[in-house]
Amino acid sequence: MSEVIVVTSGKGGVGKTTTSANVGTGLAKLGKKVCLIDTDIGLRNLDVVMGLENRIIYNLVDVVEGNCRVKQALIRDKRNPGLYLLPSAQTRDKSAVSPEQMKKVVGHLKEQFEYIILDCPAGIEQGFQNAIAGADRALIVTTPEVSAIRDADRIIGLLEANSFGKMDLLINRIRPDMVKKGDMMSAADVVDILSIPLIGIVPDDENVVISTNQGEPLVGNDSPAGEAYLNISKRILGQEVPFLPLEKKIAFFTKISTIFQKG
Amino acid sequence: MKKLSIKHIFRRKKPGQVAKDRLKILLISDRVNLSPEMMELIKADITKVISKYMKIDTANMEIQIGKQKPVLYANIPILDLNKQGSLNV
Repeated sequence: MSEVIVVTSGKGGVGKTTTSANVGTGLAKLGKKVCLIDTDIGLRNLDVVMGLENRIIYNLVDVVEGNCRVKQALIRDKRNPGLYLLPSAQTRDKSAVSPEQMKKVVGHLKEQFEYIILDCPAGIEQGFQNAIAGADRALIVTTPEVSAIRDADRIIGLLEANSFGKMDLLINRIRPDMVKKGDMMSAADVVDILSIPLIGIVPDDENVVISTNQGEPLVGNDSPAGEAYLNISKRILGQEVPFLPLEKKIAFFTKISTIFQKG
Repeated sequence: MKKLSIKHIFRRKKPGQVAKDRLKILLISDRVNLSPEMMELIKADITKVISKYMKIDTANMEIQIGKQKPVLYANIPILDLNKQGSLNV
């Protein structure tokens, strides 16, 4: 049995593509057969984050239009044997694919993969409708900001109106130091407002920028975000993983840095 | 002037709390597609009707749309129940 997960947020720039790349890679590292689909037609990015941009021959639109078979468009990941990417088209727009066509492609991929991760474009227009069409489950990505949470709430409302099944919340770019001072909303505040189950908290981590620059997802690395993403991947599989103690970790790092500053 | 600004700093709510409070109000109107102005109008009308029968604390009354289901909650503190005598309709 396979599960189709859409990664969505409403607002742009909150970390949908980063989350898709890391959760997909994480699930593959945990031994699952995973297919990532970039549904952001016209603004493709998942290939770059995965470091696979030089291997694209065919894309999602080619598959839909019958220019190639699905298998021909799939790109195998460099490092993880069970991981594939179906890239988006860069020279077309969202109207090139319909929700029915998307469902068909996803249905076809379900035969070969255990997990299909759909990276949804920002917005609530056709690109969003396409991405959610074939999905059974949604990861709603937000940051602890008023604008991002407002858009996440709108997305949750739209998914509920479509009687969408399972929804989980991923809070990205939390800064424990700011939360501690009361300068940023805490994860608990965000969960309280959006009232959907929390699947993970990813701390703001410069390693994410480094990993994106290199085109290598950081999931499973010894970095705060890498650890958080691996835990999220495990929770998707149904494993019970305790949430990372963010505050403690930061306190420890600050202690170390103050020692160095003194020296 | 200076005194006022110090007072202001001490009284200031933390930015995290400000964000949460703003969101709560924002999402209520988003969820029901009702603008904050419209909520104020509803509030004013409810106040008018209830004030005909009893004295209410308009400063502390709360009108909200439920988070999960669209239910209108009104929390209206009553100051004086016996206002019948003053009814002049």
